[in-house]
Amino acid sequence: MNGVHDLGGMQSFGPVLPEVDEPPIHEDWERRTLAVTLAVGALGLWNIDQMRHQREKLPPAQYLSSSYYEIWQAALENTIEELGLLEDPPEGVRARTAEELVTAFSSRGSYVRPTDRPARYAVGQRVRTRNLNPVGHTRLPRYARGKVGTVIAVRGPHVFPDRNAAPLGTRPDPEPEWLYTVDFDGRELWGEDADPTLTVSVDAWEPYLEEVA
Amino acid sequence: MGSDHSHSHSHGHSHDHGSDEEEFSTLSPMDARVRALETLLTERGLVDRAALDAVVERYEQEVGPHNGAQVVARAWTDPDYRAWLLEDADEAIASLGHVGRQGEHMVVVENTPEQHNMVVCTLCSCYPWPVLGLPPVWYKSPAYRAKAVIDPRGVLADFGVTLPEGTRIKVWDSTAEVRYLVLPMRPEGTEGLTEERLAELVTRDSMIGTGLALRPEEVAP
Repeated sequence: MNGVHDLGGMQSFGPVLPEVDEPPIHEDWERRTLAVTLAVGALGLWNIDQMRHQREKLPPAQYLSSSYYEIWQAALENTIEELGLLEDPPEGVRARTAEELVTAFSSRGSYVRPTDRPARYAVGQRVRTRNLNPVGHTRLPRYARGKVGTVIAVRGPHVFPDRNAAPLGTRPDPEPEWLYTVDFDGRELWGEDADPTLTVSVDAWEPYLEEVA
Repeated sequence: MGSDHSHSHSHGHSHDHGSDEEEFSTLSPMDARVRALETLLTERGLVDRAALDAVVERYEQEVGPHNGAQVVARAWTDPDYRAWLLEDADEAIASLGHVGRQGEHMVVVENTPEQHNMVVCTLCSCYPWPVLGLPPVWYKSPAYRAKAVIDPRGVLADFGVTLPEGTRIKVWDSTAEVRYLVLPMRPEGTEGLTEERLAELVTRDSMIGTGLALRPEEVAP
């Protein structure tokens, strides 16, 4: 989705403002939003890509004028409402205990999934990103569409976000896609005035890429 | 879900209602809104308050950049560990006990005099929680996410950092579940320092690439 969350390369946001000795959490409500989001997420009623899409599809003005945890809270509220979770909690779903949550969050998950298909591209190969503009969730940023780059790593077959972010309440398509890290020269992305020493990489799934003729 | 309406209502009429609403009336709108949702979810058995407290404790107290600093200091002092870290960061980091959500597919990228690395997530705020903890506000801000990929030297200037001319700059946009950690250069004059002392020189920003590791004289002994 071409949303305002896709921020790479915009030039109107001013300087980055670091905060000296910043605490991990600023407000008590942020603490609760973090915990509730993670705890309800652990019920398994949606996946990370579905929740990312819930955040990025907030109205643009709301997204840009909200803090990080305000975005989390708003997306969580919308999700709970869309699923009717408070009116009609799903059968058999119960709160995770502290032990279950801490164990889950301190364990190693994986987004690698098996596939029979071989990787189509290899390290060192030139590839072009496709000019994709899907209305649903995607993880190919706009600044890196239709650009030629070089594969520098093959990361294995990973869960494919564009299909994993299936509409809420439906089952995602589990077929993974090969994931690559692709390097782009700064001038390929930003033109002749770009920093000549700049390289930017994105992690791109195979359906985002095509061969360079 | 209507919480906007209900909390503003309780603000206006808190004296007419029960003690819960009076308590809410002293809270900020976000406090009241978040607490209301937590209460509803708790009443329906979907979250457990003790479990929420445990989650907060993990992410606010236990996980943080001190974990990543330990990884970096080990890599600075143990060439075998450094080689392992660059080859298979998942296993090398797990060997020090730093495993968990948002750190499933770690990749460590090494700064050299020739190349400086910087990490961003332009699409949201992906960040390696097990080694760096929760991301700072600036990392999540539109300004950083917009600027890092087009003007990383400008970002470094915002942090008061100037790279030597000729140092190439490489920005890693973490658009998948791969999480990047920068291995900063070991400062000069640190030959005799212990691993523990070296870890004190490793800042969060140096592991994102918006900063450099501190020199010993920049840290109180």
